[in-house]
Amino acid sequence: MAEHNHGEPLSDIQLRVKALEAVLTDKGLVDEATLDTLTDHYENRVGPHIGAQIVARAWTDPDFKKELLEDGSATIAKLGFAGLEGTHVEVKENTSHVHNIVVCTLCSCYPWSILGLPPTWYKSAPYRSRVVKDPRGVLEEFGVTLADDTEVRVWDSNADLRYLVLPQRPAGTDGMTADQLAGLVNRDSMIGSGLVSAPA
Amino acid sequence: MDSVHDLGGMDNFGPIVREENEPVFHSEWEREVFSYTLALLGTGYFCVDEMRRYTEQIPPVQYLASSYYENWLAALLSILEEKKVVTPEELQKGKSLLSTGNTLPPLPKEGAEFITSNPLSALQELDKSPLFKIGDKVTTKVMHPIHHTRLPRYTRGKSGSVEKVHGAFLLPDRNAHGEAETPEYNYSVRFSAQELWGRDAPSTDCLFIDLFESYMEHA
Repeated sequence: MAEHNHGEPLSDIQLRVKALEAVLTDKGLVDEATLDTLTDHYENRVGPHIGAQIVARAWTDPDFKKELLEDGSATIAKLGFAGLEGTHVEVKENTSHVHNIVVCTLCSCYPWSILGLPPTWYKSAPYRSRVVKDPRGVLEEFGVTLADDTEVRVWDSNADLRYLVLPQRPAGTDGMTADQLAGLVNRDSMIGSGLVSAPA
Repeated sequence: MDSVHDLGGMDNFGPIVREENEPVFHSEWEREVFSYTLALLGTGYFCVDEMRRYTEQIPPVQYLASSYYENWLAALLSILEEKKVVTPEELQKGKSLLSTGNTLPPLPKEGAEFITSNPLSALQELDKSPLFKIGDKVTTKVMHPIHHTRLPRYTRGKSGSVEKVHGAFLLPDRNAHGEAETPEYNYSVRFSAQELWGRDAPSTDCLFIDLFESYMEHA
């Protein structure tokens, strides 16, 4: 595969990856098509747009929302969105009194099959270290100020379960379709580090 | 393992740096490290728990100074060397020396099926009842094992309540070390913020974490 190095010498890490690639290829362990399928899936197919569809449906279909909150794994699987890092999922609803936020303090656990791969900040030491101890401070940093009487629930997804936050539906969206609503839902709102804003 | 990966509650890591319109991968080598790791996981050469264990074994200074995929690469190379899939000499020469022989299964051909069927799920059937039930008051054990564990330091020796029984999963503490597969019930446990962080924490707030049965005792 071509490196985008613009004629610069390869870095130490590029060299190590190249060497690994060469050895695995030489041993016949690399199937180029499989590798391409994997990267294509995570770069082009899954992402927050899937989670946004789920959220928008929950906002517009009360029976679906009930199922989703009661059995996230089964409901998401029925939609065809189960998969690696997304087979065992729980959905946590934000309300006017409860705000949920998700982290993995030990590594980077994240619901890949419905949100795609996590952003760098989610995997970073500053977020992982602080959000469990000072979630309100972290939320302030993300531009979210919560009322003192809001219950903040932090979910440290350290084992086999993955978590999706069901954000609050913003006011002023009454006439909107599920597709239109999905367009409002951003990734951070489904991690709990952000909210969904009403359309401008 | 009490290393620096266990970050919960530590101070002084600075602001959370976010990147606008962040790409999934920042370079070709990140894409390669990701896809090789996933493909090799799919062959069963090693499991996710082992990958985590090798990541945790990276020396703390190196771990913190490295990017996310640099740490993946370091862990991947350590595993492949330890399992003799590749040797350091081969990596140096950039070719197979065949000394190890190739009796290993090839990478999974059906990448798409691998992703959607998730053969990596650690959910297990367990022919006994869970020790804890919803509402039980529990205390986590104080322990500092040198092996991999999913009981972070900030939750050890703390009292909380069982919110949900998730079912049985392979115990990562053993699975990460290639020991006999040990299914154990896993529970969602709720701790008040004040139990974890002291009286200055907001009385309204709490934290949930998924804990294996052997991490806890009845309070």
